[in-house]
Amino acid sequence: MDAQDTAFAALTPEEAIAPKKNRVAAKFFGNTRAIIGCVLVGTFLLIALLAPLIAPYDPNKTNFLAVRQAPSAVYWLGTDEIGRDILSRVMYGGIASLYAGVVAVLIALAIGLPVGLAAGWFGGWTDALISRATDALLAVPFLILAIALAAALGPSLTNAMIAIGLSQVPIFVRLTRGQVLSVKAEDFVEGARAVGVPNLLILARHITPNITAPLLVQATLTTATSIIAEASLSFLGLGQQPPAPSWGSMLNTAKNFLEQAPWMSLSPGIAIFLVVLGFNLLGDGLRDALDPREE
Amino acid sequence: MTADASTDIILDARNLTRYFGGGYRFPFGEMPLIRAVDGVSLSVRRGETFAIVGESGCGKSTLARLILRLIEPTGGSVRFEGREITGTPPEAMRRLRRDMQIIFQDPFGSLNPRMTVGALIGEPLSVHGIASGRERDARVREMLRLVGLRPDHAGRYPHEFSGGQRQRIGIARALATRPRLLIGDEPVSALDVSIRAQVINLLEDLKAQLGLTLILVAHDLAVIRHTSDRIAVMYLGEIVEIADRDSLFETPRHPYTRSLIDAIPVPVPGARAARTLLQGDPPSPAAPPPGCRFHTRCVYAKDICRTDRPALRDIASGHRVACHLAGELQAHTLPAALETVSAARQRRVALFAGAQGIPASNA
Repeated sequence: MDAQDTAFAALTPEEAIAPKKNRVAAKFFGNTRAIIGCVLVGTFLLIALLAPLIAPYDPNKTNFLAVRQAPSAVYWLGTDEIGRDILSRVMYGGIASLYAGVVAVLIALAIGLPVGLAAGWFGGWTDALISRATDALLAVPFLILAIALAAALGPSLTNAMIAIGLSQVPIFVRLTRGQVLSVKAEDFVEGARAVGVPNLLILARHITPNITAPLLVQATLTTATSIIAEASLSFLGLGQQPPAPSWGSMLNTAKNFLEQAPWMSLSPGIAIFLVVLGFNLLGDGLRDALDPREE
Repeated sequence: MTADASTDIILDARNLTRYFGGGYRFPFGEMPLIRAVDGVSLSVRRGETFAIVGESGCGKSTLARLILRLIEPTGGSVRFEGREITGTPPEAMRRLRRDMQIIFQDPFGSLNPRMTVGALIGEPLSVHGIASGRERDARVREMLRLVGLRPDHAGRYPHEFSGGQRQRIGIARALATRPRLLIGDEPVSALDVSIRAQVINLLEDLKAQLGLTLILVAHDLAVIRHTSDRIAVMYLGEIVEIADRDSLFETPRHPYTRSLIDAIPVPVPGARAARTLLQGDPPSPAAPPPGCRFHTRCVYAKDICRTDRPALRDIASGHRVACHLAGELQAHTLPAALETVSAARQRRVALFAGAQGIPASNA
């Protein structure tokens, strides 16, 4: 104690409270895998956003003299079955796919998190009602639910995103509720009540920050699932409307030409793979950076 | 203690009861009814240190939470400074909490790992609108000094501290709003033995400095022997004896209290022979034995103990005990070693007390 006493006696009030604001950022960027994820997602985001400027061709322009051509100096990634440039289509298609993945997850989180918090925190009838409704929705396979919703809403990319987002809600409700139940039992939550912290603040400050890790991981995984779900909906004509490209619709057309023109499926497939990988690495990095206990 | 301290009651609990479970739950059928706290009444005087002692599972922690209304009682009432808090609406109850605080047993689970120490100690100040901004930071630094931590610790996270330091953070957080009542729910039992005295002394110092009333919950008498003014002994959800510290230690009337006193380690070779130690485990609170709840483990038990439940009755001024045989049993004699204090020990204690300044005054 004596050593400590003399140590703090020398401190001026200004230097006393020194918040370490950038420690999350520092930890995030000190993590190689997080940076790789960041670069992957960032690159595809940039390509998608800049597609109108950097794409070599109009993604919908057909060239019947160059149908199903292998990659060449003219068409870097080849052409598809009606002679459209695959590189341009992958670039433009990124908009639809990334958009679908991210927006769907944001919708799912925006509904699932508060509903799950309410179920876990209030318990009783609130919980019973929410949990039974969630169970009912979880009983329907995710994709079937999305297809049904998308069909009911009408075919468009926006409706596909809403449909995918709504179909993912039960997963987030379930996860949030379970996490709240376990964190709620911690002493520090009772401590917050004992101090007199209002309920909403307990949820926002003491519970939510302590359940972000599993939610982030789930969100990145769900982004990946959503990108694939968008592909499936597009294939059924319920997502991106032709001729506008999306990775999913490209992949689904390409599967008919797997033997004759493998490059048709390879490019959008690799794009999906890299973006999904990027999101997963990003999520892991965020989870580690946000946890003050991980050093 | 001042003259009117004996009449100034800060906290008055009447017939507090809390049952857990019970009722019919499909498909499990009838659930067992656990009588965690069963009709406890106690009054705590302003400025005193009141201790609640009992084995694990006797309901002492539940009682602490009932007093603060962190859990709702099944029955009974609690008055804090003359004000009934059992029926207080949630928002008023929340505001009342700035005056009554608690320190938890587990220094690792009781601090939010995602908040800095500064945010943890500052939170009670902002939710009660006591201080914000720079003023709040200043109060946080003051609290850190008060509990013997460095003000620049405010930017760190709880996991960067040891158990004893965390408990100090918990104390700083609990005392930030300057409460009048502080409950310590086994505040030192999770700490290393070498740290316990430090934390207990800190609590004592702060109590004197801030004019606190302290309720200490403990599972053995060793910790509270030197700190408490009055002691209530709990067994299976009931208070079996309640008395001034001296009279409890000198003339314990309940056989259970005696065995708790006998369980205090005596640092003298050979002293062991005089002790009667308690055998077995306490019965389940879901099926408490009829009559006196202690009769299954009591060496003096008679027929009446197996059938009639003894009430808490006065046997001396301020000394209440729930035992049929309290009048008949011969006065319990303590091992001599506990009573005589050697000159060398007195010297050491005096030396320690002299060296143990209140941290804030050093700053």
